[in-house]
Amino acid sequence: MPPTSVVGQLDPAVKNTAGFVLELRNIVKTFGTFTALDDVNFNLKRGEVHALLGENGAGKSTLMNIVCGLYAADSGERLHEGEPVWISNPREAHALGIGMVHQHYKLVKPFSALENIQLENGSGPYRTSLNRIRQKATEISKIIGFEVDLDLPVEQLSISEQQRVEILKILTADARIIILDEPTAVLTDMEAENMFTAMRSLAATGCSVVFVTHKLREAFSFADRITVMRGGKTINTVLPNQLDVTELTTLIVGETVVESVNRSKNIGDPKITLNEISMKRNNGVNAITDLSFQVRSGEIYGIAGIGGNGQNELVAILSGLRKIDTGSIELNDVGRVENATPIELRDLGIVCIHSDRETYGLAYGLNIAENFSISGVLAGEFGSYIKVKHKLIHEATELAIEAYDVRGVRTLNQKAGLLSGGNAQKLVIAREFSREPSIVVAHSPCRGLDVRASSAVHEYLLKARDRGGAVVLISEDLDEILLMSDRIGVMSGGAIVAEFDAPANRNEIGKSMTGHG
Amino acid sequence: MDFFVNWVSVVPQFAVPFALATLGLIICERSGVLNLGAEGFMLVGAMIGAGATLVTGSPHLSLVLAALSAGTLSLLFGFLVITLRVNQVISGLTMVFFAQGFTTLVSTKMNWTNKAFEGIGKIDFGPLADIPLVGRLLFDQDIVVYITILIFIVVAFAFERTEQGLRIRAVGENPEAADAAGVSVVMNRYFAVFIGCMLVGLAGAYMSVVVSKIWVDGMSGGRGWIAIALVIFARWRFWPALAGAALFGCVEALIPRIAAVGLQVPQYFVLMLPYVATLTVMVWASLGKNSSGAPGALGKPFVREERN
Repeated sequence: MPPTSVVGQLDPAVKNTAGFVLELRNIVKTFGTFTALDDVNFNLKRGEVHALLGENGAGKSTLMNIVCGLYAADSGERLHEGEPVWISNPREAHALGIGMVHQHYKLVKPFSALENIQLENGSGPYRTSLNRIRQKATEISKIIGFEVDLDLPVEQLSISEQQRVEILKILTADARIIILDEPTAVLTDMEAENMFTAMRSLAATGCSVVFVTHKLREAFSFADRITVMRGGKTINTVLPNQLDVTELTTLIVGETVVESVNRSKNIGDPKITLNEISMKRNNGVNAITDLSFQVRSGEIYGIAGIGGNGQNELVAILSGLRKIDTGSIELNDVGRVENATPIELRDLGIVCIHSDRETYGLAYGLNIAENFSISGVLAGEFGSYIKVKHKLIHEATELAIEAYDVRGVRTLNQKAGLLSGGNAQKLVIAREFSREPSIVVAHSPCRGLDVRASSAVHEYLLKARDRGGAVVLISEDLDEILLMSDRIGVMSGGAIVAEFDAPANRNEIGKSMTGHG
Repeated sequence: MDFFVNWVSVVPQFAVPFALATLGLIICERSGVLNLGAEGFMLVGAMIGAGATLVTGSPHLSLVLAALSAGTLSLLFGFLVITLRVNQVISGLTMVFFAQGFTTLVSTKMNWTNKAFEGIGKIDFGPLADIPLVGRLLFDQDIVVYITILIFIVVAFAFERTEQGLRIRAVGENPEAADAAGVSVVMNRYFAVFIGCMLVGLAGAYMSVVVSKIWVDGMSGGRGWIAIALVIFARWRFWPALAGAALFGCVEALIPRIAAVGLQVPQYFVLMLPYVATLTVMVWASLGKNSSGAPGALGKPFVREERN
């Protein structure tokens, strides 16, 4: 890249090239009674790619939101180019050349990419400003190799294109400190690599890049330095070649949690067979097209694939929320069930763990005992239609939260929404698994959970399998699929396009996910 | 033929209150603030318009004062829904009930009720009004009719072609994105609510100062509610809103004429017509395209630091 690029020209006025472009000292941030950041220190060098690594809830995003001015810190010092600064809103962060790409993109969906960039960078007469920004954004996208149609509404762009728009947006604002919050969460391996290559070339021009992640592999492969956070504190800043995976994991979780592969030893007869099922969306487009697979007892069938390829619809079908148009679903000892209602499917021993806990998993406004007992009450386990026995409910709930290690329960009358993500998920699992299901459908069961909670969830899935159940695990996280599955199907365009027996080759799966297989 | 020309030529003065109120609501709601208080802001505009005309003697100045007073009241509404983040439905309804009581109280105390005044008349274009068919529609109107068209052009231009318009739309579609881009959600919403409610107030003032030239308690007669329906009918777009207002202008202008031509229709059935028309367009609108066209963040208060 030519050093004269518009991106990140070194400001000759800045003498302090050896020091830190950004330094945070003793940052404290609380939300109500919850301390999100406790005495955090962080620094960033010019021209480096820096990974901020930690579990969910470690405070990484909160820290970066403070840097970009969205949150105000309770106390602490911020130095920008060695000068103390106080950033109280995003506009001031822009002025200092700090730009952040949030995990959930901050794009106005009906607006075109250009309008989104204008929103952040507009100045002067509107038409002139639009033209100037179009020119600048095009120039930058050429330099870092981003092809984006600036005139399409953002909602019509793919996820990775939307991310490019976000990055272009902050680069057009002359950002020199670029913060990416979980940038690879929704990207394929290939897209992630391209994105990091672009970030590397930005760093070469003197920009500094921080990326927030919970994936060790990324931090090792793409970062110059790694800062580890745990429980709202910065633990250490290390170089990637100083530590191995186990040591780094220990830093992240405080103890070693390494999940080992545990393949099934006892695979039996087919439990559930999906035979060329198809389903149209409301707009007439096929969401599921001739999808077939079979899961046997004592087996975890992993479904890999990029989100939006029909996974949500598949889960809706398997839980009875939606009906298929053609094809059949058969249970080996029952027969065809494609017209069964959600309650009938439950009674047949099929349970679903939905990825969207808030909508399908728990009623956040109800208390823990109510959430736990809802299916049992329907089944008549806790009294009759007229009288529900609260004592039975409380006893059963207490046993379950004990057995499934649901923490953070002060009282059973506490609202379920107050549980942390991991404990809420454990409560869902406690409820669903208390009836010893024969078929489990789990859709991204570890989304938003930290390493420890994830491994607990995985353990329950393995237990269900070892009991002789059939488990369908749908996940966008390839590492999770590779770790858990006994057999792997790849979902793309609403169908299973390839199947692999474990242990499978990561790259082969990645290729068939993107349709290059 | 005469029936038709007479009918069409009075349509604008029935359509203007609908048009201005609907436009004001769209501005407000495109910024993400659901405004169910239209009826209240219209009443305040109508009452102040009449009162100011009685006091100052200048109906033109009164229109401005009426708009400003509705705008001032909207700051209270804005404080409730934007700053305090009170439920927008409740707040809107509260504004209506407050305005009903407030206008009755003030106008009675000030002795403005049922007092006729001269108001604003039609502009004399001389022989132009004698053009067959369209002469009276185009050249036998008051000044506000023309200003209304002008306001529509200005607002539509501002929304689509200016930075400020972009910001208001962004705040209404995705306030988090706008906030992260350095656009003040609070200020832009206040601005949109203020401007929008000024127009709603102007709609009310037009009814008292120009059309009836008198203030009567509760004289907006449900037109604010119809304007809310028109916003949905127009899918939050400006020109369909103007068309919808013209349609309702036609229906309202028809009411006195049905009796005049000697048709034997029960009076209450005739008075019901605007509401029947409202129901009809709502059903029609819901049968149309899948998306309602509503702004993404309509009715949702914005909080920056919310932990989930």
